[in-house]
Amino acid sequence: MRGKDTIINIEGLSQSYGDKQVLHDINLYVRRGEFVTLLGPSGCGKTTLLRLIAGFLQPTEGRILLEGRDISGIPPYRRPLNTVFQRYALFPHLDVYDNVAFGLKLQKVPEDEIEKRVKRVLKLVSMSDYEDRDVNSLSGGQQQRVAIARALINQPRVLLLDEPLAALDLKMRKDMQIELKEMHKKLGITFIYVTHDQEEALTLSDTIVVMNEGIIQQIGTPIDIYNEPVNAFVADFIGDSNILNGKMFRDRRVAFIKHEFDCVDEGFGENVSVDVVVRPEDIYFTTDPAKCQFTAKVNSCTFKGVHYEMWVDTDTGYELMIQDYDPYPVGSEVMLYIDPDDIQVMKKERRFNSYDARVTGEGKVMFLDTEFACHTEGFNIGDQVRADIRFERVDLLDHEEGADLTGNVVFILYKGDHYHLTVKIAGGGHIWVDTHDIWDKGDFVGIRILPEDIKLSKALSGDE
Amino acid sequence: MNKRSSWALPYFIFLVLFVVLPLLLIIVYALQDGSGRFTLSNLGKFFTDRDSLSTFALSLEVAIENTLLCILIGYPAAYILADKQLNRSAVTVVLFILPMWINALMRTLATAELFTMAGVHLGKGTLLFGMCYDYLPFMIYPIYNQLNKMDKSYAEAAQDLGATPGEVFRKVTLPLSMPGVWSGVMMVFMPTVSTFAIAEFLTNNKIKLFGTIIQENINNSMWNYGAALSLVMLVIIAITTVLQKEDADES
Amino acid sequence: MKAKTLAARAYIWLLLVVLYAPIVFIAIFSFTEAKSLGNWTGFSVNLYRNLFTGAMQNSSALISAVENTLLIALAAAAAATLLGTLAAIGIYNMKGKKRQTLTFLNNIPMINPDIITGVSLFLLFVFLSISQGYLTVILAHITFCTPYVVLNVLPKLSQMNPNVYEAALDLGATPSQALWKVLVPALRPGMISGFILSFTMSLDDFAVTFFTRGTIGLDTLSTYIYADARKGGLTPELKPLMTLLFLAVLAVLLVINIRQSKNSEKA
Repeated sequence: MRGKDTIINIEGLSQSYGDKQVLHDINLYVRRGEFVTLLGPSGCGKTTLLRLIAGFLQPTEGRILLEGRDISGIPPYRRPLNTVFQRYALFPHLDVYDNVAFGLKLQKVPEDEIEKRVKRVLKLVSMSDYEDRDVNSLSGGQQQRVAIARALINQPRVLLLDEPLAALDLKMRKDMQIELKEMHKKLGITFIYVTHDQEEALTLSDTIVVMNEGIIQQIGTPIDIYNEPVNAFVADFIGDSNILNGKMFRDRRVAFIKHEFDCVDEGFGENVSVDVVVRPEDIYFTTDPAKCQFTAKVNSCTFKGVHYEMWVDTDTGYELMIQDYDPYPVGSEVMLYIDPDDIQVMKKERRFNSYDARVTGEGKVMFLDTEFACHTEGFNIGDQVRADIRFERVDLLDHEEGADLTGNVVFILYKGDHYHLTVKIAGGGHIWVDTHDIWDKGDFVGIRILPEDIKLSKALSGDE
Repeated sequence: MNKRSSWALPYFIFLVLFVVLPLLLIIVYALQDGSGRFTLSNLGKFFTDRDSLSTFALSLEVAIENTLLCILIGYPAAYILADKQLNRSAVTVVLFILPMWINALMRTLATAELFTMAGVHLGKGTLLFGMCYDYLPFMIYPIYNQLNKMDKSYAEAAQDLGATPGEVFRKVTLPLSMPGVWSGVMMVFMPTVSTFAIAEFLTNNKIKLFGTIIQENINNSMWNYGAALSLVMLVIIAITTVLQKEDADES
Repeated sequence: MKAKTLAARAYIWLLLVVLYAPIVFIAIFSFTEAKSLGNWTGFSVNLYRNLFTGAMQNSSALISAVENTLLIALAAAAAATLLGTLAAIGIYNMKGKKRQTLTFLNNIPMINPDIITGVSLFLLFVFLSISQGYLTVILAHITFCTPYVVLNVLPKLSQMNPNVYEAALDLGATPSQALWKVLVPALRPGMISGFILSFTMSLDDFAVTFFTRGTIGLDTLSTYIYADARKGGLTPELKPLMTLLFLAVLAVLLVINIRQSKNSEKA
């Protein structure tokens, strides 16, 4: 795959600010002419990665190759790449023409050629009549076009775009998406595009790179990413989905929402805990009792423009989201089925919290930089151990008093009958919690773990 | 760290050399006698000398009175200037700043001359008036700025919640304009305590202020005593600044 | 409502009348020949003529005082603008403790009354045995002017799109090209107002100059007036000089204001 048509190669790239690591071991290659999107929530490191490619940052570790040549030491003004900045960054003291001509004037290109090329590129972005306009008098969409023209006129090998449409209103954004896509086709140069808008990523990209917390979660075509997310984060981030705890009985047979289903996934082993993703448009209503796999009661029904979004309570007490073109009345009993093809089974990243720990005293153990009371029978002081805590045994408090640790909720996953929270601990590290209580992303929480809920075992090196 | 942060390095060195070091030198000279030995006698002399102390007290009194007078006269002016309904032209604001471009000593001389012509006896009254005249723009401008950049929706919200215009002013506008008042105070109070030429002209040398004593000592080569007096001044500045900071932090 | 507006306007105009009375007073008495300020001996433009022909008692002293004032103000304002702009860019790119420290240090000269700045710098020059003259006065003026430049440039930096400098690099400008072609133009309004503020503060300064000019007989307009007034007789030609200076400033401000209002109409 990494043949001659690779234009950018990123190898083992890491970036830290002080002791805060924002990118972990990024490996990525981009093919010539490809439209690649870096997608993720704010703070996931996507913009940092783009700025590293542009040369505004120097990587802490790893290297970036452009057409096989390491460009890590080359300053941004000598890189054959150009950037379209978030909020445009047009030069306020120059008019449209001078903004676009800026790069060429620096290269001392003859005046008549500059004029020819500015005219051509302004035509490309449909801004031909605006040459003499003050950039501050332009609308957001027009400024965006000028910013693109300014970057394109230098004929960069790769165009980097940092959330270029984020400041535009919805209608304008949709129009610009189409234009960008056409421009990409016409120009044939490589685009690396940063966005947090999954719909934008699905619409524009040849390849999507999903990132979270400085780590690449998944690389794939929009269809791959949507249909076969590799983990719960990707499934949740891309499109709507029902994400549920399940158990793989054997190849092609999985249980979730306390029902058994046929599926197409193999190789997980027998009786293995898994995450199951079912897209809301893949749960079908039926009137044929023979096809029915489970029943449910319609709880709510909302018209969403093209389809209806319904929440149903299954006969086994789970809540599912279903999208369908036909509405079913609230309160009605419905029969439902899911095609084996539409069940996406994912390996669980973890089944319980597990930490490296040290026994520090009689009935005391240290992990996450904190001392916890727990049963230490059978262990000696100073022993290196593993401390395991089940997700549902972690108590969350809305205050600090009585808490062992504090942190902030960073990610929430609804699993049909409970929430699965990722909590970032104030002193570093994460803890995962199952709860029925409703929390919001960003909430401050106190964390309490009872002594009997910490299970110690002999430390096994190199295991999860 | 961004490399451009190092662009401030020349200024940092400049500040250390021309601000920090000189201030330290005030302390050093204040604690030395003429031959360079450590002594507290300079400070002792100030605190036991009746004349110095009474001049100091008078300077503080004049400065406080002048500051209050400037607030009393300047606040309404700033309020009117910032009110779009009462004042539509920015030129009026400029008119208030314009006199500052004329040499302050010259203006003060003219003021004193006007008083003499009008038959007013030069003394504490004319001193206060003349100082207020000199420093009023420094009070009006910061308050005006603060009021001007204030979000009008605060006052509207207060009205919406049932506050009368008087209450709106007392509970919303006034507290929110306090930072402007404070910077006005800083720009008026400290210079008035330490002024010398202006006070000399306005009272025909009848009233001596603290600044004049410092100036006389330095000019007569009594550097150590002059430095000690300056040190007293520095302490006053520090106290005022801390008070202002605390008030600003509260609001 | 009407009465309130009327009262407010009356208050403002009353203040302005009081504020301008001494200046108008000077202007009126610039058209008579009397020595002392408030003495009218009939209309005459002789003082103006003297001012331009130099036919007055100590014309060379006054002229050199004016020259010195302008020279010192220009040099100090230019240096302060350069130093302060670089410092502002540096401070803007700093974080945490470093930024706090520099902001604190930058505040000191603004809080310090002139006399403290003057005395402390006087002690510095004595301590370092630097002979006082033009250089020390200019250095002293840079000290109290630069903080205002920093304060005028900093807001322009935060208004500026932080990517503008990087956009210039991205388009092939070297760091120094990016500085001159993009950063400086974007900061220019702040630099200009910082320069003007520095220039006027330097023009108007008396106390700091007084302490740092040394004994070589260096006079600026302020120290000249002070010495003159203490001697008892103010040089009469100062009256037309002040009047002309005031008119010049008035004209400049009017031009700036008219241009600004024209600009805002255009936008």
